[in-house]
Amino acid sequence: MRVNITEYLTIDLDKELWECRVCAQSLGNARDNYKKGLLVCDRKLSEVHPHLLDPEKYEYTFCPDPNFTALIEYYCPSCGTMVETEYTVPGHPLVHDIELDIDDLKKKAAQWGEPGQAEIPEWNMPKSGHSH
Amino acid sequence: MSSQTENSQLESLNEDDRKLYEEFLVDNQLFYGPDPEIMSDHTLSPRSELEEKVFATNPDVKKINLVRGRLNSALEESFNMVEQMGVAPGAKWGDLVTAIFTANGDMSQVAPHGIVVFAAVCHYPIKFIRKYWENEPSVGIKDGDGFIHNDSRYGNIHNTDQSMIVPVFYEGELICWLGSTIHEGENGAIEPGGMPSIAESRFDEGLKMCPFKVVENFEIKRDLVNFLQNSVRDPKLQLADIKVKLHSVLRLRDRVLAIVEEFGKEYLIATIRRTLEDTEKEVRKRVAELPNGTTRVNTWIDDDLREHILAKVPINITVKDDQMTLDLRGASPELMNRSTNMSAGSMKTSLLSNLVLFCWPDLPKNQAVLSPVHVLTDENSMVNSSPEAPNAMSLLPIFQCFTLPSTVYAKLAYCMPKRYAAVNANHYNQPATFVYGGLTQHQEVTGNFCADINGNGSGARENSDGEHALSPVFGYMTDTGEMELAEEELPFVRLVSQQIAKDRVGAGKYRSGMGYEQISTVSESDEFGFMSGQSGAKHPSAYGLFGGYGSPTYPLAKIKKINILDTLKTDPQSFKFSMVDLMNEQAYEEGEYSAQSALNFEICNQGEIYMICQGAGGGYGDVLERSTALIMKDIEENLISADYARQLYRIVFDEEKLLVDEEATEKLRQEERQARIKRGIPYDKFVADWVKDEPAEGLPYFGSWDDPSKIIASPPDEERYVMASNNIKGVMMSNPKDRKIKGLEAQIAALEEKVKAGQ
Repeated sequence: MRVNITEYLTIDLDKELWECRVCAQSLGNARDNYKKGLLVCDRKLSEVHPHLLDPEKYEYTFCPDPNFTALIEYYCPSCGTMVETEYTVPGHPLVHDIELDIDDLKKKAAQWGEPGQAEIPEWNMPKSGHSH
Repeated sequence: MSSQTENSQLESLNEDDRKLYEEFLVDNQLFYGPDPEIMSDHTLSPRSELEEKVFATNPDVKKINLVRGRLNSALEESFNMVEQMGVAPGAKWGDLVTAIFTANGDMSQVAPHGIVVFAAVCHYPIKFIRKYWENEPSVGIKDGDGFIHNDSRYGNIHNTDQSMIVPVFYEGELICWLGSTIHEGENGAIEPGGMPSIAESRFDEGLKMCPFKVVENFEIKRDLVNFLQNSVRDPKLQLADIKVKLHSVLRLRDRVLAIVEEFGKEYLIATIRRTLEDTEKEVRKRVAELPNGTTRVNTWIDDDLREHILAKVPINITVKDDQMTLDLRGASPELMNRSTNMSAGSMKTSLLSNLVLFCWPDLPKNQAVLSPVHVLTDENSMVNSSPEAPNAMSLLPIFQCFTLPSTVYAKLAYCMPKRYAAVNANHYNQPATFVYGGLTQHQEVTGNFCADINGNGSGARENSDGEHALSPVFGYMTDTGEMELAEEELPFVRLVSQQIAKDRVGAGKYRSGMGYEQISTVSESDEFGFMSGQSGAKHPSAYGLFGGYGSPTYPLAKIKKINILDTLKTDPQSFKFSMVDLMNEQAYEEGEYSAQSALNFEICNQGEIYMICQGAGGGYGDVLERSTALIMKDIEENLISADYARQLYRIVFDEEKLLVDEEATEKLRQEERQARIKRGIPYDKFVADWVKDEPAEGLPYFGSWDDPSKIIASPPDEERYVMASNNIKGVMMSNPKDRKIKGLEAQIAALEEKVKAGQ
């Protein structure tokens, strides 16, 4: 039995393992932090958020300040998919963002069945403005 | 006397003496401040005796549904009346609510338009009125009364919003309350427009209306209203909108009484109570469907509108069966002389808005959505500030909170086979708009804010790109108003109005919606200016989801010492309709060009240029998975440049024909995946090398670091210190100008030393 936890992470509930959804690489104990099974990079901010204003002329350029911001990227060690990003402060402890009760998940997943396309309602925006 | 001593003395009293003592305290209370008991309780009141009696008769659910429909129509009518007649700019674009409350004061039903964020905050003042004024002989609650209120310490989103609250009696019995609240704007604060960025105490914030009676026998008390008018910059607005709200609520009252005549008061009471109880039950059911567990995110606000700071606002969501807990402990301490604190009531209604807009959009918009959710905060933190802390620009943490729950909810809900909405990355979440004030071309003094705020870009979703300039983060049922109408009334001119600006996107497999750029100047007034209270110029405010990137950071830009209006007459070709082009090219030699973060109020001389940009939301998923067709569409629509597409999405294409070389693109993307594997570091090694014991030296950091029970305060130019989270003392900050003077004096002293040494 599997449960998809994010766009790129699944849990094999029988083996109690995190796995990459793209390449099925095992990423470690499902009761532990999935990030421990990934590769991590402190990405250079201007490669993702280019300076739109000239950095020679201005302190503020649309690119985050590296003293105030770190962009941490997490990659699958097997296929290189970017599983998660984390905007944080340089040196701040990385967040253990998903900690699930695996026993409870097993019970609920047994009712849900094997993961397929999730059922998501389409919400239409209420129409506003002139009606005549 | 310490509370411990007081308690032990109380215990020594017999019952009669204790009762006497308590009556004495009630009768001799010197001031009725914000009531901690009321303000800390966001749950539904227990059923009243009357409600119990009504439900004991097993009211017919079909009739209840009919009454609910009639109330909906009545609320819609009153909403439209306020929107059409309201004078405040906010009223014109839907920044208001009309609502019905139970006799106890719980908000049951709102108009099907307007601002969702009002849904869980307008009940506090009614509870205050019932507790303090009902039995107060000099006040009381009678048919024909109307109460006014704005101070968020007594329950409101923020102090710019003013309410008209009316009790409804039937055959002498209080059966419900009706209310209307508008974002009025101007309120006589230290800066015009009602949201002063430089407020250093609550006494800089303008009108501080605790709930009081301003209407008797259905008539406005002009002496009191005159006092209010005398306290603000826009007296006409103050009077007109009190009238608008009162008469709209009185129309609503007529409709409610007609419902009572037709169905009986029991059905009105049953309907408004049942709506709340059903909503609460449904929320518990939905929580129980989620897997048990905890998900977390840390966010930071990078500005307090006087200086840069890094104020942590974390959230953990824990689900255990049908109980959801939102935990914001470890947040920044309150700043005692900065305007960016928020009360717990404002914070909670932001959390509710997020749940109802981004997680469960089909739920009724009422107070009961949050009622079964536990919320944990540290007292005297930025997200639960004390009554003494200023909160005039609480919008910074409020906007942050507008996106918090859905970020962590997505990580619990994605596994569900059936969801109530697609999971989504952050909507843009900063109030990037011009607040303005001064003398208009019609020689009237005014102060208020622009509707640009209602055009935040939405976050990407798991199944689609986000929408551009969709709505404010706090409610989708609003408009951005008519700019031409604003220009007729006000002396500012939009040189560029609502232009989607290139390359400012939250990138991902699905990209965010984008914000628009505004370029403004002033004409026909020498005393008019702008303020803008937003953060996110150094640290992005809207994050991505599941591998998506966040929004960029957004500066504000100015060109001073020019008169673009004169230039446009003689050399119109020189004007570039783009902040980036104007700022990078610096075509006007005499101009003073600057980019900055927040803007405290300042005069904009005629023809000077002020530029801001609404932000993008966060992206969803890995950029290397974005479809090449969608990337070409983005380029065609001028949302991104070719360089940006190549750099972010690793795509090979013919720039002229916009034809993609799919094979070369896949090869390039595969190379990038391999490059990631090469540059990536195993988690444990990365953590060992990268994570530090505390923030970098000199970083103005506030909030917890590795332990939520230890709260760091790092006021600029002062020694960093740590407080226990259960004993936070508000932080006093030094004046930025004093720090600058001190720095300049040190430079002068050093130069003087040099000169002396030279002699």
